[in-house]
Amino acid sequence: MVTVFGISLPALMGQLLIGLINGSFYAMLSLGLAVIFGMLRVINFAHGAQYMLGAFFAWFLLRYAGIGFWPALVLAPLGVALVGVVIEKVLLSRIYNLDHLYGLLLTFGLALVIEGLFRHWYGTSGQPYSIPSTFQGAFNLGFMILPKYRAFVIVASVIVCLTTWLLIEKTKFGAYLRAATENPTLVQAFGVNVPRLLTLTYAIGAGLAGLAGVLAAPVYQVSPLMGQNIVIIVFAVVVIGGMGSIMGAVVTGYVLGLVEGLTKVFYPEASSTVIFVIMVLVLLVRPAGLFGKE
Amino acid sequence: MATKAASPNVANVTAGHRTSSRTIALMIIGLALILVAPFLIYPVFVMKVLCFALFAAAFNLLLGYVGLLSFGHAAFFGGAAYITAHAIKQWGYPPELAILLGTGFAAVMGVVFGYVAIKRQGIYFAMITMALAQMFYFFCLQAPFTGGEDGIQGVPRGKLFGFIDLSNSLNMYYFVAAVFIIGFLFIWRVVHSPFGSILKAIRENEQRAVSLGYRVNRYKLGAFVISAALAGLAGSVKAIVFQLASLTDVGFQMSGEVVLMTLLGGIGTLMGPVVGAVLVVSLENYLATSSLPVPVVIGSIFVICVLLFRRGIVGEFNAWMDRKRG
Amino acid sequence: MTEPLLQVKGLQAWYGESHVLHGVDLQVHRGETVTLLGRNGAGKTTTLKSIMGVLRKRQGEIRLNGKDLMGLPLHQIAYAGLGFVPEERGIFSGLSVHENLMLPPKVADGGFTLDEIYHLFPNLAERRNSQGTKLSGGEQQMLAIARILRTGANILLLDEPTEGLAPVIVQRIGDVIRALKAKGMTILLVEQNFRFARKVADRFYVMEDGHMIDTFTADELEGRMDSLNETLGL
Ligand SMILES: Nc1ncnc2c1ncn2[C@@H]1O[C@H](COP(=O)(O)OP(=O)(O)O)[C@@H](O)[C@H]1O
Ligand SMILES: [Mg+2]
Repeated sequence: MVTVFGISLPALMGQLLIGLINGSFYAMLSLGLAVIFGMLRVINFAHGAQYMLGAFFAWFLLRYAGIGFWPALVLAPLGVALVGVVIEKVLLSRIYNLDHLYGLLLTFGLALVIEGLFRHWYGTSGQPYSIPSTFQGAFNLGFMILPKYRAFVIVASVIVCLTTWLLIEKTKFGAYLRAATENPTLVQAFGVNVPRLLTLTYAIGAGLAGLAGVLAAPVYQVSPLMGQNIVIIVFAVVVIGGMGSIMGAVVTGYVLGLVEGLTKVFYPEASSTVIFVIMVLVLLVRPAGLFGKE
Repeated sequence: MATKAASPNVANVTAGHRTSSRTIALMIIGLALILVAPFLIYPVFVMKVLCFALFAAAFNLLLGYVGLLSFGHAAFFGGAAYITAHAIKQWGYPPELAILLGTGFAAVMGVVFGYVAIKRQGIYFAMITMALAQMFYFFCLQAPFTGGEDGIQGVPRGKLFGFIDLSNSLNMYYFVAAVFIIGFLFIWRVVHSPFGSILKAIRENEQRAVSLGYRVNRYKLGAFVISAALAGLAGSVKAIVFQLASLTDVGFQMSGEVVLMTLLGGIGTLMGPVVGAVLVVSLENYLATSSLPVPVVIGSIFVICVLLFRRGIVGEFNAWMDRKRG
Repeated sequence: MTEPLLQVKGLQAWYGESHVLHGVDLQVHRGETVTLLGRNGAGKTTTLKSIMGVLRKRQGEIRLNGKDLMGLPLHQIAYAGLGFVPEERGIFSGLSVHENLMLPPKVADGGFTLDEIYHLFPNLAERRNSQGTKLSGGEQQMLAIARILRTGANILLLDEPTEGLAPVIVQRIGDVIRALKAKGMTILLVEQNFRFARKVADRFYVMEDGHMIDTFTADELEGRMDSLNETLGL
């Protein structure tokens, strides 16, 4: 049997695959965080709760309406985006001219409420969500077995990230966003409805979290706590990458997922802390983050 | 949106604090209340309040007087609790030494966390402290000595200085009260010392403090370590009172809770964190017997405070008094 | 005379608690180029920002073409026909020259076409794919002006377009403004550079300490030179 540093190749590839899957979620979530932060200057602590909402909405659709994975992949994120619209209009829009720390406090409270409610209703144990029939089974790549759905998640996350990047870098809407990030007042003075742009941005960020949640549902279980665990890791990812660059956030997400997977192989005890350790090291060497400009 | 706040930080919502005769009067009333409380209210409840009040006051030293929002203070509180509990239970340390050890551990952790976190400001500082605390949480989850999900239970209270039996609940109570009062007065001293004035100058205008020649990061780190150590002190004492150290004490909800106590009571006021602790602990006691889910209520209070009530109770009270005086 | 295109009456404005404009009156007629003079800190920028609605804490009357602008949210004021070039130019570093140019939405018909703009500002055409803030100061100023020509705005508010620019560039900007005048564009210009202002303006206003203290036409300028020397410290 082929081994690498005494680890069998399939085991190594298996962990790398898990790492890449986790990295896909880190990338999508830190992307949403960075988009929201860039425009609203709010660190969206509710991002984890919105990820969880995405998964639950998909589960609701299946359970109560018999609506399957593919329609849910569109409907559930739209639902989460709608929740985002309400949150932005009712709550966040009131605190933009306060210190940015209030945004974190507000969304922290919001996350407690949303996750607390779901925990109250559904307990802490997860609900299974089965893999869509198209992606049952696995590819045998010779050196490893690649479950089809996992391959799909990776491809889908890359597509999602690229699309978002294109939207921001190459479209008129993206130009408004980039400009308003720098000088919202001037953009509004030109006649752009910036308050609506803010709402839309938050909705897109929340929708991205929701989309990640739907994709996650068949991989992990649908659980009220699924977002709580991931959101702080994503914060660390964002600190490591630096929030100045959308691409930076995405790449950092994938790489850190892989690093986490590798750690599971070589030093499993550290696998849950390795991202935080990297954060410390990066802060010591490059406080602005790997892709940050300061 | 990039519209900067008119005030450079959260703490500015409250007017600068003066030690008025009002404060002194409040402190005397508070002292009297602390002394008679165990005869009126269930002592364990009051002890819990005092531990959290000290924890919140320590946290507020950082947020209210330096303008740094730490979202990871549970690491110091809970870390010290683990050390104290372990020292007593496994090594047979007397309570005073175990508390000292726990507090010292929190101070050392404060140096490490502080050194890393003050490299960034504002929102990043909050995220970094949160991430560091989470790292410590995972460490505690895995480390053998913390007892995993069960925590360290059945910690004997022991004899303070070899002769005061802390298993007697009045002895325990007055010890906790003494620790709280000393800790509180210490914070009060720090706030009103030259060191405290420099901290406030940094909070008001960091650039100016730098140009005046202050090594701003050293002062921030100093404040961070003091705050961490006092949070640790509170956690150590809590471990002895409840004879328990557990993962709850290091989790991010605990970090959030101390933020809430301070926000609710009044950021940047001396009495605010105490008032906030009384309210939050009472509320949780009440909720424990109701069917309402605790995080939902706590989260709602967070949202309401941020939207409508940023000065907190003591801050509003101070503002009201100032208005009345004209 | 006909109803002025821009009518400002009793305009007051505040930055937080500090009261900066104390009742400013001003009129600009269609096709006119009006220059606002005054020393540093007189309140010229504040006047433009208040008209544009960028500064929200303001009182008084502002009408464009008879339409009241006071109650409008910021993003609707541009649609009344105002184009704004702020003192700091406001070129976006995250956008290319072309993206900067295309950013402001069209608010009315009759704006310059992209070809006309690139014809008027050949430098910008050459550097259309550069990052906006990589341009020289003069080019950034051209871009800031070019940007609002596309929108169809019928009155341009220009805040010190020549500030900090080399004499050749100042001349270029003068040419541009004259070209705009020739096309019938209405311009409200803030200037400290008096020599530049007198070459382009039809009428002048003089501000001091948040008050409008004088107004006169280009023909009356000679007679005012002494008092101008004093108020402006020329
Ligand atoms: N952002 C601001 N905050 C407070 N005061 C300001 C601000 N901008 C300008 N001022 C004050 O308002 C007055 C008018 O300024 P301004 O309109 O910029 O003058 P001008 O453009 O004529 O040089 C000055 O006294 C200036 O100090
Ligand atoms: Mg000016």
